[in-house]
Amino acid sequence: MYGNDFGVSESLLDQVDEAERALVAAAQRRTGAGDTTDQGGSASSGVDLQAYFDAVIGADQKIEPRDWMPDSYRKTLIRQIAQHAHSEIIGMQPEGNWITRAPSLKRKAILLAKVQDEAGHGLYLYAAAETLGISRDELVQMLLDGRQKYSSIFNYPTLTWADIGAIGWLVDGAAIVNQVPLCRCSYGPYARAMIRICKEESFHQRQGYEILHTLAHGTPEQKAMAQDAVNRWWYPSLAMFGPPDVASTHSEQSMAWGIKRFSNDDLRQRFVDMCVGQAEVLTLTLPDEALRWNEERGHHDYTQPDYDELMRVIKGDGPCNRQRTAHRRRAQSEGAWVREAAAAYAAKAQARATQDEQTPEDAVAGVST
Amino acid sequence: MTADVADIAAFALRVGDDALIAAQRLGEWSARAPEMEEDIALSNIALDQLGVARMMLTYVGELASGDEDSLAFRRDDREFRNCLLVELPNAGPAATSGAEGDFGITMAKLLFLSTFQRLLHDGMVASTDEQLSAVAAKARKESAYHVDHASQWTVRLGDGTDESHRRMQAAVDDIWPYTHELFAVDDLSVRLDQAGVAPAPETIRPTWLDLVDAVLAEATLVRPADGWAPEGGRCGRHTEHLSYLLAEMQVLHRAHPGAQW
Repeated sequence: MYGNDFGVSESLLDQVDEAERALVAAAQRRTGAGDTTDQGGSASSGVDLQAYFDAVIGADQKIEPRDWMPDSYRKTLIRQIAQHAHSEIIGMQPEGNWITRAPSLKRKAILLAKVQDEAGHGLYLYAAAETLGISRDELVQMLLDGRQKYSSIFNYPTLTWADIGAIGWLVDGAAIVNQVPLCRCSYGPYARAMIRICKEESFHQRQGYEILHTLAHGTPEQKAMAQDAVNRWWYPSLAMFGPPDVASTHSEQSMAWGIKRFSNDDLRQRFVDMCVGQAEVLTLTLPDEALRWNEERGHHDYTQPDYDELMRVIKGDGPCNRQRTAHRRRAQSEGAWVREAAAAYAAKAQARATQDEQTPEDAVAGVST
Repeated sequence: MTADVADIAAFALRVGDDALIAAQRLGEWSARAPEMEEDIALSNIALDQLGVARMMLTYVGELASGDEDSLAFRRDDREFRNCLLVELPNAGPAATSGAEGDFGITMAKLLFLSTFQRLLHDGMVASTDEQLSAVAAKARKESAYHVDHASQWTVRLGDGTDESHRRMQAAVDDIWPYTHELFAVDDLSVRLDQAGVAPAPETIRPTWLDLVDAVLAEATLVRPADGWAPEGGRCGRHTEHLSYLLAEMQVLHRAHPGAQW
């Protein structure tokens, strides 16, 4: 519909496809080298497990759930995948906030489907985390207790309809830039989840962009609403890439393990470069007077987000941290009677089935005595 | 006997408004369901209902005037033609605006409504009106899924724990009076039946009762006695709840007259 507006995103999608092909190729290589796999994967074979793990990582192949892996690798992945899953689940709130007030039936349907997709992504990611030997219930409990985090971006409020557009364009856009490299992550289940999720996220970004495009080319009030949303979401979106490289605590080891492929600052730069052209087509202004093309670097110069604010929001003092967590806890506690009923019914049904199976034997036993 | 265009539009408006208001209530559950899987299921059902609403309201626009959005967002509560059952809050008929949803209430509403819709759509497939027939052919498959989902939950909750049994029975008791309006006869329903546009609602009830009875029995729930039978939705006399629902649904659209979204 908008021609080449999505040039850069299309190339990101190409990268997703490329990662998918690489994943298939890696799997085939492994099958070919079956003997090595068997020796390395079996603890009794005497082969050095760490050496085998390092070799797989070094050869850019995939670690699978059955493979030995260092504890710290496992823990890092659990932390990262769970945080990602929690973000999908908490992220349903700011957007769900506008389902009942969406301004047209078409937009209502699109938003319902989008929030539904997020629930699906959450479940898919929890399943990926479960391959690492932890249960979804445990992970959800850690979210509710505040022991695990979700993306701090969802602690900002959606004040107007245009925020739904801005979240799609900027927040989903930033998420895609962050996640496309994860399609090549060294852990197979996570890489496969990311391939599927990135494809759906690109739809979401397009829908958000289309909302903003319609508003920006609508009435003066609609255009002002769109600009206000972009003004509020721009810097929090830049902060989604995390602290600057000099202050990033997890980056180095994750890079070595092939979990992370690019630094926070590299990805942030990629995002800024991508947004500038799109903002021009939207006829909206990115709220950064220092934003300009740097011929020498081949990138845009831009103002860094307020990292002190990012740390405050991560620590719990964003505008909506308390509200988001309370909402999730309430949904969990209000639904407890329903989950208990489902479990009780399943147990009864199981007992009835067992009883039915036993009945003929019991009858025989009854006759013989 | 050929059906009057105004009669077909009036019928499409009833079916469309039922689906639209049902979708709006289901949409309120987003990110609040008792299980994450249920968030997905409720959104699915809301999307199906919204789909039927959009097709029906668009058709009303073609037959009479307006389009799906002007009909959804610029009518007042007295102009809506949905049954009272769909507008009841997720927390129940006696709840105040904004109260936390009760999953038992929502499943009771869905069981009664979707079983009715399934039978209505089955009958509408043979409609003399091609457009209604086409919509029904698509919607009946979706309705069958809605019935299945609501039936399974009614059984789980009815035959689950003591607490869930008590709550599901209370929900069935609270919603039951509002089911009678689904089968109410009026001049329009008689004319539609004679013209072969839509099945007579009173003929749907025996089958509906058989289906619902079977689910309630498996759920170890008691079918409430018939008695009080509130109605008025089909001629625009609603509960107090609908106006609040519309205030929320229409607020943004109405704040920007003539704008495109």
